[in-house]
Amino acid sequence: MADHDHYPDGLLRKVLGSVRTIAMVGASPDWHKASSFAMKYLQSKGYRVIPVNPRAAGRSILGETCYARLADIPQDETGRIDMVDVFRNSAAAGPLADEAIAIGAKVLWMQLGVRNDAAAARAEAAGLTVVMNRCPKIEYGRLNGELSWGGFNSRIISSKRRRPAAAR
Amino acid sequence: MNDNPKKPGKGTAAASAPPAPPRRDWRTSPGFETRAIHAGTPPDPTTGARIMPIYHTTAYVFDDVDHAASLFDLSTFGYIYSRLTNPTVAALEERVASLENGRGATACASGHAAQLLAFFSFMDPGDQFVASRKLYGGSITQFGKTFKKFGWEAIFVDPDDPRNFERALTPKCKAIFVENLANPGGVVVDIEPVAAIAHKAGIPLIVDNTLATPFLCRPIEWGADIVIHSMTKFLGGHGNSMGGVVVDSGRFDWAQNDKFAGLTEPEAAYHGLRFHETFGDMALVMHMRAVGLRDLGPALSPTNAFLILTGTETLALRMRRHCENALAVAAFLERHPAVSWVSYAGLASSPYHALAAKYMPGGAGGVFTFGVKGGYEAGIKVVEACELLSHLANIGDTRSLILHPASTTHRQLTEAQRVAAGAGPDVIRLSIGLETVDDIIADLDQALATARNS
Repeated sequence: MADHDHYPDGLLRKVLGSVRTIAMVGASPDWHKASSFAMKYLQSKGYRVIPVNPRAAGRSILGETCYARLADIPQDETGRIDMVDVFRNSAAAGPLADEAIAIGAKVLWMQLGVRNDAAAARAEAAGLTVVMNRCPKIEYGRLNGELSWGGFNSRIISSKRRRPAAAR
Repeated sequence: MNDNPKKPGKGTAAASAPPAPPRRDWRTSPGFETRAIHAGTPPDPTTGARIMPIYHTTAYVFDDVDHAASLFDLSTFGYIYSRLTNPTVAALEERVASLENGRGATACASGHAAQLLAFFSFMDPGDQFVASRKLYGGSITQFGKTFKKFGWEAIFVDPDDPRNFERALTPKCKAIFVENLANPGGVVVDIEPVAAIAHKAGIPLIVDNTLATPFLCRPIEWGADIVIHSMTKFLGGHGNSMGGVVVDSGRFDWAQNDKFAGLTEPEAAYHGLRFHETFGDMALVMHMRAVGLRDLGPALSPTNAFLILTGTETLALRMRRHCENALAVAAFLERHPAVSWVSYAGLASSPYHALAAKYMPGGAGGVFTFGVKGGYEAGIKVVEACELLSHLANIGDTRSLILHPASTTHRQLTEAQRVAAGAGPDVIRLSIGLETVDDIIADLDQALATARNS
């Protein structure tokens, strides 16, 4: 299994640079929840984010129809789901890993505080790239200099000029 | 990170051996000096300016109303108003967070403002904290008198026995505060066991690392949760700019008990947002900015941030020389007939020598005290007779500085507090600068002679 305590910046850049459509499991219709912040931010960076949450199924969250389960997403309409982002607890990540494999996702991403090594091993065996205990919003912001605007330690040092991050 | 500064004064490595190839990858594990120069300051994305520009602006345009709403809701990254965030200030915050190996930092107008910001994020009226009684005198006054007006009570204990902190804890205590290398007395606190005591009680350890700087000691690596600096001192290093900063390790779990409602309960001014739930290990830094700086207002000027950033670039070089010069001056004073004692943790005679070797193997800093024979009157005369050392109330400058604490910085304390803080009547404080060390010694020698003969 890959090292899940440290992820090279190159790997995270590759993941965030290759995926276009993200299924966010645990997306909340409550606008001041962390999942809503992350969804809105990722949308502003050009990702399409499809919310998945049985309690909000059929409702619209930030302009996208919410589905009860990953399998319910009509990929012929939304486009292929490249990445499943798990905004649930570590135990729930187990069955979600199997569903992510079943719908053909390329990346399984578990949010900050979420880690399930057995689920990660199954997903990796099925060919998925797995990132755990990270937030795609924070990593996108960190890799593109935006986290530094808040005085956070990006751990990135470079003498190269970074182009301003723009909506894709 | 691999940064264990060697003891000063041991000479340089042999020139004959070719340098060994580095085993560490600077991209993933950059050295201390590399971070001191580069962290937080990549080239400016818009202009390519290699030096961080001074962004002298009060406010920042919004792309549209929705972007403005996202910023005010704290749902996206970006600048609103320089009371909260500013690009030049943010660069300095990331620089210091990197040097301390923290998650992030919030900078502000002074070290005192930093202490206010840190406590404000989780203290409520009626709350207490335990603090070392061997602190910079200004901290003792701020904690003991002004904080009382907020209903916050500091319980002061002797830090020489770490168990004193445990004995003083009450259910209302929200933190333990120490100065790891205390100004002015040369006191070193054994922070590793104090961190364990704090964590057992479910509260954070806050360490004032102003005198040691992250070059000599990184308290987070010894268990501290929050590190505070007066950047006015060695980080800026040139006596030209006030500034303070709070660095958060990001490791303290604010939700482990019900003591930290300010960070875990809904914040009414942000639509019920819970900082710890929403921002995780970034909660404290976000709170100090979005609530503390917003409502208390002690923002750092971007010009000051720029000057301090420039100072941090040479921190390692300067601290090595500060330590070397201070050790030479302390050794000279220890042998001087007009001097009754010298309190410098870098001297073998210091009771804190072993602790200094553990926590700051690169040197015991540039600030220390000594006692002049003849007490209060003799102390004043030595200070006034100096012609190279400057008589003023600051430390951590390239210039050597001298002060008689009992008649100046510590005069607002009681006699008992002064003695406890290492600022008794005969005490003289030195902040040894970067001048030619023989010149510093010669000036002190003539001042001691002048005082004795007058």
